[in-house]
Amino acid sequence: MIQTEDLSKAFGDFIAVDGVNLRVEAGEVLALLGPNGAGKTTTVRLLTSVLRPTRGRAWVAGFDVVQHPQKVRAHVGVLTEHHGLYARMSGEEYLLFFAELYGLRGEDGHQRVHALLEQFGLAAAARRRIGEYSKGMRQKLALVRALLHSPPVLLLDEPTSAMDPENARIVRETIRSLRAAQHTIVLCTHNLTEAETLADRIAIIRRGRILFNDTPEALKHHLLGTPLYEIRLAQPWDGSLPPLPSDVEIVDRGSDWIHLRIGDPHQTNPLLLGVLTAANIPLLTFSELPRSLEEAYLRAMTVEEPNAMA
Amino acid sequence: MQWPEALQPIWIIARREIRDQFRDWRILAPILFLTAFFPFLMNFFAQQMLDFVRRYGAELVGERMVPFLMLVVGFFPISISLVIALESFVGEKERGSIEPLLSAPLEDWQLYAGKLVSSMVLPLLAAFLGMGVYTLGLALNRVTLPPLEVVLQVFSLTFFHALVMVSGAVVASSQATSVRAANLLASFIVIPMALLIQGETAIMFWGRQNAILWWAVFGLLVLAILLVRVGLAHFQREELLGRELDTLDLAWGWRTFVRHFRGEARSMLSWYKEEIPRTLVEMRWTLLIAATLALVGLGLGVHLAQRFPLQLDLSEVQTNQRLSQWTTLWPMGSSYTFTTILGQNLRALFLGMILGSFSFGVLGVLPMLTTMGAVGFLTQALSNNGVPPFLFIVAAILPHGLLEVPALWLATTATLEIGLGMITPQRGKTFSEALLAGIARWFKIMLGMGIPLLVLAAAIETWITPQIVRYLLFQ
Repeated sequence: MIQTEDLSKAFGDFIAVDGVNLRVEAGEVLALLGPNGAGKTTTVRLLTSVLRPTRGRAWVAGFDVVQHPQKVRAHVGVLTEHHGLYARMSGEEYLLFFAELYGLRGEDGHQRVHALLEQFGLAAAARRRIGEYSKGMRQKLALVRALLHSPPVLLLDEPTSAMDPENARIVRETIRSLRAAQHTIVLCTHNLTEAETLADRIAIIRRGRILFNDTPEALKHHLLGTPLYEIRLAQPWDGSLPPLPSDVEIVDRGSDWIHLRIGDPHQTNPLLLGVLTAANIPLLTFSELPRSLEEAYLRAMTVEEPNAMA
Repeated sequence: MQWPEALQPIWIIARREIRDQFRDWRILAPILFLTAFFPFLMNFFAQQMLDFVRRYGAELVGERMVPFLMLVVGFFPISISLVIALESFVGEKERGSIEPLLSAPLEDWQLYAGKLVSSMVLPLLAAFLGMGVYTLGLALNRVTLPPLEVVLQVFSLTFFHALVMVSGAVVASSQATSVRAANLLASFIVIPMALLIQGETAIMFWGRQNAILWWAVFGLLVLAILLVRVGLAHFQREELLGRELDTLDLAWGWRTFVRHFRGEARSMLSWYKEEIPRTLVEMRWTLLIAATLALVGLGLGVHLAQRFPLQLDLSEVQTNQRLSQWTTLWPMGSSYTFTTILGQNLRALFLGMILGSFSFGVLGVLPMLTTMGAVGFLTQALSNNGVPPFLFIVAAILPHGLLEVPALWLATTATLEIGLGMITPQRGKTFSEALLAGIARWFKIMLGMGIPLLVLAAAIETWITPQIVRYLLFQ
């Protein structure tokens, strides 16, 4: 579990992280989104006790990041922005080195390393120098390093950015299985589709401050307003529409489609369908228009004043 | 945590790095050359040198050359340790591999020691191997080998040269923001080391090396401990990741200096009434150390005067002649004498501070040691020549010394504090900030107390002490 209270970090006059309040439970994935320089990496470094906060507090896996930095580091697996690999070592040697640093020595370390190499499809390349690895293989190796000691908390910075779709899928599946195994995961990413599919909650950070922190759906609702619905007609319809329920607003209309905004879809949609059917309007489909997280994110970036949302 | 368990991560880090070095031909090639070829070259050179000097009956020069060349054979491989150590932290930072290491559950000292050990092992191995090959070559050529003690001294010196260079370079590497900056800082290690080796060489050729070279080994050990301490005290994971720029920020330097100089004072009066006393209280233990050093200096002076007795010609005619010469050079009661005395004292203490800043405070005690040593020496020398020392102290030293010695004491304490600031962990302070804070404290103490005391002392020494001396000693 991760919890922060007013977590802040300043480098001289520059405030990199400003009063961040977060809570990520076990078995939850939080996607931390934000433009470059927003404070994502600094937040991750604060949560790994590599940086000391200038204000506020944070607990990771139950340990205070200032009071117990060693315990925090021992309970966190981190995939850093720079993968931090040693080009002259083989993948196996590299993992065994970190396994030893994390206390996995002897046969335990070997078994764990080989199991993970197998899981991530790196077993065949285990004895090759890392310098010969492709970008994607390097990223997988760095991820394996983060998972070596089965940490209860994972901080993953762009885990699939350099991977082909097949490998990205393996990583996403791994993240899902880790969530199911009650690991706490913070995902820093610019891949909004990935964030949407993996994260239980999205936190948008800008200039060191958390602007929004909620479920993807609630975030879209908050930033993009109530959802839009589309009615597709089986044939062009130019007749007038019957009187619609009061919270239905027609946003736009074409010859064979209508876009509607509905105040309370749960209550109104059955009524609306009944009204339209009764009026013999040739309905083909009735569906919610998909709204991407990207739209919501871009809207968030235009918010003038930070409107912190717990 | 048990010691073996605590030491294990050091070995894990060192082992990985050493393995990495064995795979880097840029490190291996020169080491192999210096181990396999260079000792034979030195053997050949030693043989030629011995044959040459023997022709002129100067075998002694040849004999002294043999251990010197052994030192050279050892020094070249260990110079590579400097390169390895310089890039130990900052090189990893540049390659982006430092962060996973910093995120691992390692204590700072374990990470630091791991880097220290890894930088030393391979070059030292090569150095000792080279020295072994050189010694074997000497034996095969039937050259008289140096005594075992000298061989031990040369091996010890080589080990400690490596330790000092590596510990200094690791400090530079953990403080620098780029490999380039670390390489530039290396001159602060290479130049003193070169001077040191020249000194050691002189001692070797001088021939009375037995005791003195062990002192050199001891000095290197102390220096290495200080450097390791500095490195550990200022090793901050945060600094390694936080700083990116090498630009000299004079404005920041000035603001830092002023902040530490002003302290918590809000006005000139509160600075004088509260900040200065607070600083003195903070320095109480260092004041005690400086006082002890003053007594040591005094004792040393007395000891030297006893060991090297000085015959003084204190006949009235001679003394009067010298006094008249001195008064021509230094007119008694003139403002020129006053400014000269004051200027000399200020210059000596300022130089002490500068030296102290470069030597963790160690060389900053020189003005205190030499002054007190001179007082002790003179007192004892006068006593040896029948002049009552008590009278000399009361007449020639005490009037202005009562103010001058405390000023010296305070300045020495503040200089020692600069060094202590550098070797003590300073949470939230960088190495530069700790240094600036120490220098600001020195100026605070000097402006607040030292300079006023020195001004008064110079005035007394110019206008009052000579009168008392004339009255009491030369009636």
